[in-house]
Amino acid sequence: MAGRRPGRNSVAIALAVALLVVAPPLLPSYWVGLLTQMVILAILAMSLDILLGYTGLPSLGHAAFFGVAAYAVAVLSVRYGANFWVCVLGGILIGTLLSAVLGLIVSHVRDVYFLMITLAIGMVLWGLGHRWIPVTGGDNGISGIPPLEVHAGLPFQGPLALHYATLVVFLICAGLMRLVVRSPFGLTLRGIRENEGRMKSLGFNTWLHCYLSFVVAGAFASVSGVMWAYYNGFVSPTYLDLTASSELFLMVTLGGPSTLVGPMIGAGAIVLLKNVMSAYTARWLLILGIVYIVAILAAPQGLWNLRKRPSA
Amino acid sequence: MTADQPALVLEQVSRHFGGLKAVDGVNLTVRPGERHAVIGPNGAGKTTLFNLISGELPATGGRVVLFGDEVTALPPHQRAARGIARTFQITKLFPNLTVLENMLLACEALDARKLVMHRALGSYPDMMQRAKAVLADFGLAAFEQETARNLSYGDQRKLEVALSMAGRPRLLLLDEPMAGLSAGESTSMQAILTKLDRSIAVLLIEHDMDIAFAFAERVTVLHQGRVLTEGTKDAVAADPNVQQIYLGTPAQ
Ligand SMILES: Nc1ncnc2c1ncn2[C@@H]1O[C@H](COP(=O)(O)OP(=O)(O)O)[C@@H](O)[C@H]1O
Ligand SMILES: [Mg+2]
Repeated sequence: MAGRRPGRNSVAIALAVALLVVAPPLLPSYWVGLLTQMVILAILAMSLDILLGYTGLPSLGHAAFFGVAAYAVAVLSVRYGANFWVCVLGGILIGTLLSAVLGLIVSHVRDVYFLMITLAIGMVLWGLGHRWIPVTGGDNGISGIPPLEVHAGLPFQGPLALHYATLVVFLICAGLMRLVVRSPFGLTLRGIRENEGRMKSLGFNTWLHCYLSFVVAGAFASVSGVMWAYYNGFVSPTYLDLTASSELFLMVTLGGPSTLVGPMIGAGAIVLLKNVMSAYTARWLLILGIVYIVAILAAPQGLWNLRKRPSA
Repeated sequence: MTADQPALVLEQVSRHFGGLKAVDGVNLTVRPGERHAVIGPNGAGKTTLFNLISGELPATGGRVVLFGDEVTALPPHQRAARGIARTFQITKLFPNLTVLENMLLACEALDARKLVMHRALGSYPDMMQRAKAVLADFGLAAFEQETARNLSYGDQRKLEVALSMAGRPRLLLLDEPMAGLSAGESTSMQAILTKLDRSIAVLLIEHDMDIAFAFAERVTVLHQGRVLTEGTKDAVAADPNVQQIYLGTPAQ
């Protein structure tokens, strides 16, 4: 499936990068900010794709790792005045460790049980964000996270500097994730999605592969969360809630699971839609639902798979 | 492992589904390199017996000993690591992956590199060569880039067997590999089975007596979860009980 149209992915990536590299200096800062959002959430959507698209594990709680990493940056930088690298590494480490612990539980279950357990985990963390006020600030969240450029001591400042720094992180993450899905390990994930029973009888400890998939996805979600905290300057429980995870789920399914490129496009589309629509209506969830239904009817395999997998 | 150590020993192996004794106190010994057919009417417990040997189902009683090691409590992947491989009566492929990817998975299964994340699979030419070689052995070389679900049924059955051979097993369980094949496809599958490496012990479930007896040296007849008789094919063919349940009764 991958590699059948070898040129298509490369062309799309080249176009996207050209847009993200060349356009920002010509755009008003509001739009630069939107592009930065898209890039950060693209990392997150691609990380969920490893789990949902490649391994076939539908996580409804994936935004939790993103959110926890973002909180970690907020707490470390605002409450403890920690330096940039402590915040970055701390955020990635805490998010990844959390996925390593929760992965022990969820890797045993499949299908709708997986959906329910990850949903429950997301709810518990959201609850923590709300109620563990001394650490999380409750509903008010935590504000005052320094801008990335300032905290990192970059020579350039402002939205453009942040945008390009984010782009570099994105390119590194996307490259690494691409390597993972094309590795021997990456093929085993697709094997589990296709026929886990056969994988076991061939000699794979599929639990271990699902677990590693969960942790790898959690690690990249954490990177995304760290970037988000710096981009936004503020964290609140909304980044842990079901809406966040549903939007994320939609980015992957709308864009085209098991492609990495599709979820990237999905992230761009959802961010754009959400920001454009919020100018006209407060009923974002309703719109999200409608998009979801239309997407399922018109492109059940996602936009990026539209002409790739003829119905068979 | 000594030369005359059995490949497989089953001691009083049972599997009950509630009140149904699908497999009931089966004893069986298979020597290395032996060709052994398992026959019996539909519902006799043949597939369930394979599931107990390969670990897809836990036994409710008895012991399974593989090359001298007890594996009764081990999950399927650990039994595979000890040299067992199997095919399924109902084809179990990776339908949306290419034929080559199917085979690469089978080749990776017992290779420590299956956990490598930081290198592209394509950068391991030996794995690629092994996968292509096995596909060529089974006459599937032309379909490498074909999606498995688009193969003809006959080729899917070939791939089903080919996957099981990738890990160089020492004990191979084949669950009705010829079922559903056309006469021509069946003949070519039988030719493949005849040519399998003689050092591999093969257990074959087959409902066609002629095919089973042509393939095997020893035959086990299962009936209602129990071994009705076991022995050389001549002895089994001459057994009046077998003739009664298998050959004598027109409507079984
Ligand atoms: N998972 C299961 N749960 C309940 N009954 C089963 C299960 N698997 C097989 N059986 C029953 O066990 C008996 C033996 O089945 P099977 O081993 O498939 O027979 P065979 O392969 O010889 O045709 C049948 O009566 C079947 O219905
Ligand atoms: Mg059967």
